[in-house]
Amino acid sequence: MLKTFKKGGVHPAENKLSANSAITMAELPKIATIPLGQHIGAPATPLVKKGDVVKVGQIVAQSSGFVSANIHSSVSGTVAKVEDTLDSTGFKRPAIIINVEGDDWLEEIDQSKDIKKEISLSAEDIKKSVQNAGIVGLGGATFPTHIKLSPPPGKTAEVLILNGVECEPYLTADHRLMLEKGEEMVIGTKILMKALGVNKAFIGIENNKPDAIKHLSDICKNYEGVEVTPLKVKYPQGGEKQLIKAVINREVPSGTLPIEVGAVVHNVGTAFAVYEAVQKNKPLIERVVTITGKSVKTPSNFMVRIGTPTIQLIEAAGGVPDDTGKMVSGGPMMGKAISSVDVPITKGSSGVLIFNNTEARRREVEPCIRCGKCVSVCPMGLEPYILMTFAEKQMWEETETESAMDCIECGSCMFTCPADRPLLDYIRLGKTTVGKIIRSRNQ
Amino acid sequence: MNRLINISPSPHVAGEYSVKKIMYGVVLALLPALAASVYFFGTGAIIVTLVSIASCVAFEYLIQKFIIKTTPKISDGSAILTGLLLAFNVPSNLPIWIIIIGALISIGVGKMSFGGLGQNPFNPALVGRVFLLISFPVQMTSWPKPLGFLTGYTDAVTGPTALGKLKEGIMNGETVSNIMQDIPSHMEAFYGHMGGSMGEISALALILGFAFMLYRKIITWHIPVILVGTVFAFTGILHFANPEQFAHPVFHILTGGVMLGAIFMATDMVTSPMNPKGMIIFAVGIGVITVLIRSFGAYPEGISFAILIMNAFVPIINKYVKPSRFGEEVKNGQ
Amino acid sequence: MSITIVYTIVSLGALGLLAAIILYFVAQKFKVIEDPRIDETEGMLPGANCGGCGFPGCRGFAEALVKADNISKLNCPVSDAAGMVAIANYLGHEAVKATPKVAVVRCNGTCENRQKTNNYDGATLCTIESALYAGDTGCSYGCLGHGECVDACAFDAMYMDADTGLPVIIEDKCVACGACVAACPKDIIELRNAGPKSRRIFVSCINEDKGGVARKACKVACIGCGKCVKVCPFEAITLVNNLAYIDYNKCKLCRKCVLECPTAAIHELNFPPKKAPAPKPEVVAENKGTDEKKA
Repeated sequence: MLKTFKKGGVHPAENKLSANSAITMAELPKIATIPLGQHIGAPATPLVKKGDVVKVGQIVAQSSGFVSANIHSSVSGTVAKVEDTLDSTGFKRPAIIINVEGDDWLEEIDQSKDIKKEISLSAEDIKKSVQNAGIVGLGGATFPTHIKLSPPPGKTAEVLILNGVECEPYLTADHRLMLEKGEEMVIGTKILMKALGVNKAFIGIENNKPDAIKHLSDICKNYEGVEVTPLKVKYPQGGEKQLIKAVINREVPSGTLPIEVGAVVHNVGTAFAVYEAVQKNKPLIERVVTITGKSVKTPSNFMVRIGTPTIQLIEAAGGVPDDTGKMVSGGPMMGKAISSVDVPITKGSSGVLIFNNTEARRREVEPCIRCGKCVSVCPMGLEPYILMTFAEKQMWEETETESAMDCIECGSCMFTCPADRPLLDYIRLGKTTVGKIIRSRNQ
Repeated sequence: MNRLINISPSPHVAGEYSVKKIMYGVVLALLPALAASVYFFGTGAIIVTLVSIASCVAFEYLIQKFIIKTTPKISDGSAILTGLLLAFNVPSNLPIWIIIIGALISIGVGKMSFGGLGQNPFNPALVGRVFLLISFPVQMTSWPKPLGFLTGYTDAVTGPTALGKLKEGIMNGETVSNIMQDIPSHMEAFYGHMGGSMGEISALALILGFAFMLYRKIITWHIPVILVGTVFAFTGILHFANPEQFAHPVFHILTGGVMLGAIFMATDMVTSPMNPKGMIIFAVGIGVITVLIRSFGAYPEGISFAILIMNAFVPIINKYVKPSRFGEEVKNGQ
Repeated sequence: MSITIVYTIVSLGALGLLAAIILYFVAQKFKVIEDPRIDETEGMLPGANCGGCGFPGCRGFAEALVKADNISKLNCPVSDAAGMVAIANYLGHEAVKATPKVAVVRCNGTCENRQKTNNYDGATLCTIESALYAGDTGCSYGCLGHGECVDACAFDAMYMDADTGLPVIIEDKCVACGACVAACPKDIIELRNAGPKSRRIFVSCINEDKGGVARKACKVACIGCGKCVKVCPFEAITLVNNLAYIDYNKCKLCRKCVLECPTAAIHELNFPPKKAPAPKPEVVAENKGTDEKKA
């Protein structure tokens, strides 16, 4: 029996169309749009102004608070302007727009392909270097990594869990990265272990990626304390709490962080970024992005500079299909539909998924038949139907007592609902409103 | 790109379930029992079923169109299902006009008066059935004998059901072992060779339907298994306390409407609790009330009443019985 | 037989008497002494329980009125002016006449003026869409058109215009309770002075984008050119974040800004037609009629 989490979960059609296409370098964009808010928390403060000349890897915006991250230029060229631009969040937010000229890197960045195994930095220096490199969680949540590396006082990390689950259908960015940069990733894991002071790390990989499981298991033989844990395929296993439950069978209590049970979870992509930052002095300026969809000509995985317009990647994967009805940044379960093809790739973009006209439309909403399927698939043990009703009726107190804030917005309830009710839309509304109420109460 | 692309919140994919699929899935699961019914009761079963389905669908259409004034949505299959279940709960020689009244009560009172699909607190088919049972006790308890496929609609020979015989016998002071002599054997009851409501007779066919619904993940095992188990356990206790007064538990679960009720009536999604814990309480309640009515009440059979009574408790069960939240089990090993 | 009847009547009568005595003493014991003026005041209020006053229902407002030392800040927007004066007189306060207000929709991004760039396919609630997207047009400030304001209106004073996709306020019915203002996640609706003869001038746009961006998204957007600011003789117009705003307390309804605005973003309401030198008599009468109704 393979390990998995117990409560709820669904199994959407996997559709990993691009699993066999190797990562290729995407072309440099002509104009790079680098949003200042690419992470959870306060947007970074820009350090450059119109007309400044920047190099690849140069810091262009500085972290502006505890939960915030540095942003580096992913290209070389001249800053055209700093302006509000539509990004994948669906809103206009400030971004640095750079006219690309050549590909001129900062000298201190080691661009060689050699694998550097020796970890020379101390734990403190690793944290500093991760912070300077502006690394955020690359699984999609984009939480600044350096904060996760420093457990709050009184808490100690016991085990590091690497998230190689990639439970979202379609996406293959992490899968390809594990296959192609496995060694670097495991070294990255060792670096994270050193920074956290733990001596045990598990790499959780779902069983639909047997090649990655085998590849990483082979590499891990040479690295002490790192172990691959194959997991049963089930969505949302990539959720932090679900992954911890699956791998080490501990439940993170409601309203707390994983560190409460001694676990720290990082995405495999983050481990690779950490390797590059610590060993090669290279800040987070590129990431792997999957361009996929049933109508896409050649579903592919690209290594993309942050700030590249989405349309450029879609063109590289065979162009925008004629029957495109919806484009999603991220996976089909939790990704965000983007409103324009011009939005830039950011640190959190794991893929762009293209739906054709029929897939793009939601089905007609029917009355709730109280089948209870939403309750049985909820991985957090909530009752989505009742949360939706409360949010509809604006009964916020009840929404709160029914633990709406525990919802991880995985979308399993809405996926499974036979009446196609917009459960998650309303639960999100409930969460935001209850969140506001809680914050005003605490003031 | 000159067409507008859609934007919507996640998730962007939907699963395989739909209301239609669920409803027609249950209808499919009922077909073996319908076949058994036709096999034992003949043409009467077909006529009752068709009339019941047709009038339920017609009433749903008319009410939606002319009273509620919405676009009629009869294609979702819920009215067909109600009609089928109503037919299953009446004798196969019931006069057509009574069936039509039953359908009107089922759809009109049981379902539409509460706002239609998903809003009704009570199982519509059972509301109709119980209404008919109370209003037309003679016609509703003239059970045709299972004389085979060739029996005509009107020439059915009627006789009491096994449970009816038991009740009557006990009332007259006979002992169970005496009564049992002219009652179908357990095997016969399992196949369905006995008198009774149209759909309830063949436990075998109903269990086939149950297996199908489990396979299609339309229902979970909780309600049927717990319900039958409760009836079995409770009647078992009574039987072993006084075998001359109370019948054998196997007799109880195979006769009457326990199987039909447990598999198709109590599991009606709209009127059953939302989570497994609640379902268990609900099923135990139905089982206990059924046995109480059967053993100590005036009616020989009580599952319809038991389900309706527990239907009334569903909102309160949903309110107080919550699934266990993630994070409630604290750290492993502590 | 008759003795049974007598027994029944006697025993039930005794039971009733006993219950009455208990109830009497319980009522005495738990009597709540309340200012009788609260009931009276509540009776003078409209009883709509709309919450426009900021209190939980008319009763809550009546309590607040009775308790308050100075009621000048308390106003029921639904009562006509005379009603509030009557309450003030009753409670022995000096009557303060509040300026009547009315809700205005500050967005004119009709389907025609503001072309869609996307097609929103989620739950049709403004609060849900606004939390996730800036909207399905180029304008990230404008009306989303799902009609939450209309649902919030307790006075049937609003409806969604199917052609424009925008909410419309029926001025005669609007009591300025502010429910729509609170309901709108985009803060498009504003309560403004009803103005003499219901005449009002306001900027029907809240787009803070730069001129070009705003103009591209919507034909009638305020582009922040500032022409109105210059032309206004009363310094009633301010320009903040590329958006003009007319202060209704300073505006004297001279209508110069309306003519000046290059995108027709400034709207005038209930004015007689501009070109005619003398307003047609029936129009004036009509306006007077509505005016009297309001007063």
